[in-house]
Amino acid sequence: MEGGRALNNYLECLNALAPEVIIVVTALAALLIDLTVARGKPLEQRTKLAGLVSCLGCAVAILRLAMIPAQTDASMLSVNPFTQWLKIPLLLLTIFAVVLSWRARFTPHAGEYFALLLLASAGVMLLVSSDNLLLIFIALELLSISLYALAAFDKQSPASSEAALKYLLFGGVSAAFTLFGISLIYGVAGRLDLGMIAARLRSQPIEPAFYAGLVMTLMGFGFKLAAAPFHLWAPDVYEGAPAPVASFIASVSKVASFFVLARILLAGFVDEHGTISTAHYAPGWGPVVAAIAAISMVVGNVAAIVQTNVKRLLAYSAIAHTGYALLALLAGPSHALPPLLFYVITYAFTVVGAFAVVSVVEASGKRGSLADFAGLSRRAPVMSFCMLVFMLSLAGIPPLSGFFGKFYVFTAVVNAPAKLSLLWLVVLGVAASAVSLYYYLQVLKQIYAAAPEPSAPWPRPDASAQTAIVLLALIVIVLGCFPDLLLGKISQLLASQPF
Amino acid sequence: MILTALTFLPLAAGVLVALLGRDRQAFGRNIAFAASLLALALAAAVWAMFDHGTGGLQFVENHPWVPALGMEYNLGVDGLSVLMILLSALIVPFALLASWKIEKDPKLFFSLTLFLESGLFGVFTAQNFLHWFLFWELSLIPAFFLIRIWGGPRRTSAAAQFFIYTMVGSIAMLAAFLAMYALADASQRTFDFARLAELARGAHGHASHPALATVIFFGVFLGLAVKVPLVPFHTWQPAAYAEAPTGTTMILTAAMSKMGVYGFLRVLWPIFPEQIQQWRGPLLVLAAATIVLPAAAAFAQKDLKRMVAYSSINHLGYCLLGIFAAARLAGGAPGWANEQAAALNGVIVQMFNHGLTAAALFYFVGLIEQRGGGRGLDDFGGLRRPAPVFCGLMGIALFASLGLPGLNGFPGEFLIFKGALHLAAETAVISTLGLLLTAIFLLTILQRVFSGPLPAKWSGWPDLTLGERCIVAPVMALIFALGLFPQLLTGVANPAVMQMLRFF
Amino acid sequence: MLAWTIYISFIAAAVLMLMPGDNPRPARWTALLAALAGLACAVLGMIECKQQAGFGALADVANAPWIAELGIRYHLAADGISLVLVLLTGLAAVAGVLFSWNIETRTREFFALYLALIGGVYGVFLSVDLFLLFVFYEIAIIPKYFLIAIWGSTRREYGAMKLALYSFVGSAMVLVGLIAAYVVAGAKTFDLAELAKFPFPAAFQNWAFIVVFVGFAILAGLWPFHTWAPTGHVAAPTAASMLLAGVVMKLGAYGALRVAMTLFPIGLHTWQNTIAVLAVVGIVYGALVALVQQDFKFVIGYSSVSHMGFVLLGLMTLTQIGLTGAVLQMFSHGIIAGLLFAVVGRMVYDRTHTRDLAKLQPMNLNHVLPFAAVTFVVGCAASMGLPGFSGFVAELQVLAGAWQTLPAAAVLAAVGIIAGIAYTLRVLLKAFYAEDGVVAAPHPHCPPISLPERAGALLLLSATLVIGLWPQLLMQFITPSLNSPLMQPLWKAGAP
Repeated sequence: MEGGRALNNYLECLNALAPEVIIVVTALAALLIDLTVARGKPLEQRTKLAGLVSCLGCAVAILRLAMIPAQTDASMLSVNPFTQWLKIPLLLLTIFAVVLSWRARFTPHAGEYFALLLLASAGVMLLVSSDNLLLIFIALELLSISLYALAAFDKQSPASSEAALKYLLFGGVSAAFTLFGISLIYGVAGRLDLGMIAARLRSQPIEPAFYAGLVMTLMGFGFKLAAAPFHLWAPDVYEGAPAPVASFIASVSKVASFFVLARILLAGFVDEHGTISTAHYAPGWGPVVAAIAAISMVVGNVAAIVQTNVKRLLAYSAIAHTGYALLALLAGPSHALPPLLFYVITYAFTVVGAFAVVSVVEASGKRGSLADFAGLSRRAPVMSFCMLVFMLSLAGIPPLSGFFGKFYVFTAVVNAPAKLSLLWLVVLGVAASAVSLYYYLQVLKQIYAAAPEPSAPWPRPDASAQTAIVLLALIVIVLGCFPDLLLGKISQLLASQPF
Repeated sequence: MILTALTFLPLAAGVLVALLGRDRQAFGRNIAFAASLLALALAAAVWAMFDHGTGGLQFVENHPWVPALGMEYNLGVDGLSVLMILLSALIVPFALLASWKIEKDPKLFFSLTLFLESGLFGVFTAQNFLHWFLFWELSLIPAFFLIRIWGGPRRTSAAAQFFIYTMVGSIAMLAAFLAMYALADASQRTFDFARLAELARGAHGHASHPALATVIFFGVFLGLAVKVPLVPFHTWQPAAYAEAPTGTTMILTAAMSKMGVYGFLRVLWPIFPEQIQQWRGPLLVLAAATIVLPAAAAFAQKDLKRMVAYSSINHLGYCLLGIFAAARLAGGAPGWANEQAAALNGVIVQMFNHGLTAAALFYFVGLIEQRGGGRGLDDFGGLRRPAPVFCGLMGIALFASLGLPGLNGFPGEFLIFKGALHLAAETAVISTLGLLLTAIFLLTILQRVFSGPLPAKWSGWPDLTLGERCIVAPVMALIFALGLFPQLLTGVANPAVMQMLRFF
Repeated sequence: MLAWTIYISFIAAAVLMLMPGDNPRPARWTALLAALAGLACAVLGMIECKQQAGFGALADVANAPWIAELGIRYHLAADGISLVLVLLTGLAAVAGVLFSWNIETRTREFFALYLALIGGVYGVFLSVDLFLLFVFYEIAIIPKYFLIAIWGSTRREYGAMKLALYSFVGSAMVLVGLIAAYVVAGAKTFDLAELAKFPFPAAFQNWAFIVVFVGFAILAGLWPFHTWAPTGHVAAPTAASMLLAGVVMKLGAYGALRVAMTLFPIGLHTWQNTIAVLAVVGIVYGALVALVQQDFKFVIGYSSVSHMGFVLLGLMTLTQIGLTGAVLQMFSHGIIAGLLFAVVGRMVYDRTHTRDLAKLQPMNLNHVLPFAAVTFVVGCAASMGLPGFSGFVAELQVLAGAWQTLPAAAVLAAVGIIAGIAYTLRVLLKAFYAEDGVVAAPHPHCPPISLPERAGALLLLSATLVIGLWPQLLMQFITPSLNSPLMQPLWKAGAP
């Protein structure tokens, strides 16, 4: 292959992909242990054991990522300090999802559950490291198929199966779109490696078929990211799937998808940005992304207002947040990544925290409607305070990370490429975020202001969930107060590694 | 320092009395009265130490207060101020004695009255607008509560009307002064009366914007006219006077209404000579209306207190007639300066004397009400038989009020008309109609109340007690003394008048 | 010293959050001590600043890099204007705690939120890095919501939500303007003093100014964006109304002055007359609406709109005297409105459980609660702008400034003052003095005015009286600050 070189041998390949391998091995181990050692034990113990194994695996993978740098300039994989670093938060989020499943009661198949979760996260890691359209697609499918199965895991709940089916159907369609888009792009550029696609496109006139491929790829990712108008599956899945799975979909899968979308657009199609300033319009992905972002922000925030179920509310809020994050892509090739990553990573931690609280409430036999949260602060003050942090961060209230994320995205978008040309989008985003405060406050109003139902059973978070929630809240606060902790790392890595 | 002491003595005493326990009503009352006597002594001391020969300000105290805003603590008195201080200091103990028997929370009543007195002293001594305005408004609050809490049956609306009318005037005046302040060059900005007058004479500041200056003039005019009150801004007055408790009415009419007239002389006259000249015609019409119409309105009244209230408007009308008549450029006939001086002297004398007589009249009306339980003009008759002393003394007050020569009401009105007949003949002639009407309705009171058949129920009408006689005795003495020796007043007033005439 | 006002408040809020048990007593005392410590820091800070020579300019309080990526610094500094408002915050905070002494439900949380709000307010007044300012500005929004939604009265959830959304929309507008200014200046800094040096293009200023100004002024009760104020004030518990009217509305006015006007003088000049008109409409409208309210608290709520109109009018005069008046009016209204709300909410409503003037009047409360009556009388006198009280000196200067540049506005504002006198008098009489001839209706047993209430009332009364009689005390801080280099563009642009 031109430009890069094939991997020398399998050993080098194994070295580069060691974290992924660790995760896959852990997945198999969890499955195996559940089938052998833990066989016949009570469900609780099995779940704990499998969960523990999964956590250990993730931890080892994190250590490996943090301690031993790996780099390869192979053309299909981009394993470099940057992608390796990015996998750390993804694995951390996976650990949180695992911890939330710790006391899961929804499935007797503990081993399978955790194995699938780990496989999904292996898919995510692979996705982050892919530099080739085909490999991206494969990693995406590895992730998606695991998630389809995970979404259906709550067999007692018909909503779960319905959610999984919807997810599968929409996901399948989106995969088809993506694949078709990729094939069109391949047809035009004759290459699948992002870097080479960029080079090719630069040297030849763009054919209309390329734009068709581009739009189809974007639509595929739109489905994946639950951006409006491709968001229809999200509310049902978020509501129906088990809370830890929903949190995984909303966080880990989203971060990785955004990252890879940014790669495709900024590394592969960097010159096909197009313009969206009203003065001179030029076709490209910029206008499409801008439109999707605008629609997502508006639809997500407006639809969230009328929700009465907190998970659905979070789903619509996720749609809105997808819109904000998409905005960051418009900040220009050199400026888009730090705000985008900061935004989606902090968002991921926040939303996992919110789902954690929801799952604790659900564990007490409630459905997660707004009224089920009434008076929560009286029974579980610490958890309530963490929920306050999560909700306010999502609403974009300083000094929480959600605020700085939005602020940074908006600043970057206003700043580039032509100053102030995208101000209208920012105005829209800011206005939408003002609307969003309404529904986040509705949740908090229930928690803090409403009177609790005297007779209802009361959620008591177990120690692990409580710890996870508090840790997540701390992360949200600390990253909000000291965004440089994360930003400094991102820019340092970006400086050493051209994206 | 003596002026500061005079101003703050009643205030301090008032606070002290207000802070006393609720069970120490009598003690509080005594303290308040003692303080008012002390204030009278101080005022007398000011009068005694005052150099009668010069027209300028004396006892001046001037300290910066808010330099950025041209606010100064600037005190000083000329002849006009001295007389007004003396009048206020005389009336307050008189009013306190008249209110001695108040049953509802007398301590609070007395302390509010002292606040009011402090406001009066402040107004009559301040030489900087903001300082002046502070006391101008300070006097309003206690007056309002005195009416609102101790007033007659319709006190609510009377008090509110009084307050709102006065405040509207005050705000207009405040806005006008601010406009003057803002219009002046940055280096010349001031709220000092004397310096504002200088600006006006040099055609600086507001005087250099003729159109705006007219607006400003009317703003200030409104504030003062409501206070006096001048027709047609008088409608609050009969109700307020009628509803207020006797002691308060006495202060309202004797001293507070003088704040307005004082303002005309102290503020409007020196600062707006041009505008007064320019609008002299309409102003004279207003003055004439203020003399004639209330006198006519008094006829229609069936309530003694309202009649006296209307007569009070009428008497203040003479003061304004004198002022507006005198506001005529001296460039005309050679004798005018003398006439102007006569008119202005008359105004000041009239202010003082009306204060005394009106207070006495309201005191007597209060006594009638207290004894008879009502004050309808037609409810009484023949009272001179059971109460000859009462009849005689009130008769003296009534005659003083209608300007009988020999009593104190005469010199002021005489001097005013002497000047006005030369300076503004037509208005003066029309205004004599007011004299006539006043005489008629005051005599009507005398006739209806004291002569004619004595209703059986009043046959036991008690005459003045010894205490009451003692209370009115000093006032009666002054009525005669000032009637016979008006130079006691003009001697103090004349230098100030000469000073004022320099503006024209 | 000054920075500790912020830290103490937040630390105390955290301590209260974490404090075990539901005993209200330690919570109260902690809050009172924290508020007093904040006030002490404010006063000491003022003295400290006064001793430094050029205290007219911004004097650094803290300055450290914060978010290097965007050039954001943790930069606190104070000039005379901020000092005056910091002092106001300290006074209002102490008084608010005293008037919340009777809160029995969830006392800990109440005071924690209360102090968090106070900390945010201090922060806004002391920040010069605009990002930091914005952060504190938003921090102040959320506690307000909960204070009202949890401890409020009439329609509390509606009032709380309306307030939160209005504030948030306002801050969203501010955010847009700030980001745009940051980008256009391109200096990679949010520092006010640095940004103010950048000559923004006129076309940019024209829209950026109005966006930022209105964004801030929403919180200052600028007509027609004022509607959150009356409902919010009415719904809020006493201490929260006191803070809302006392300091939160000042946040808006302060932001409008410090950020919008300082950064965009050309835009200011363009919009000067328009905003002055809105301010005057607010003055008159607020007063007229207050005149017909039946709810005691609504009267005070609308009066706040009217009084804040003077602040905005003062700002729009673009004269030294007018701006001095505006800042002084911020202080004055903060104290007076706090006092009036304390009487309405704490002294009267908590005892009679009604705010309906028609029901209050027959109670003849001046006999039942003489201390409340006297306090309210003096408070009303101050609110009317009678000389001797702080409101007089403030409104006086605003009017004097208006005469210089906007004479018509001065006349109309004077009309507004008269309407103000009318509604104040009306509410005073209706609330405390029975109609003539009405025999006092039997009223519920009212506990006597407690010691904390007396202390709070005296604190606020003496503040308005001292400043009324000796305005120099604050003006010596304000005047030099208006002449500082930071404010120079204002005068240049404003010169006719």
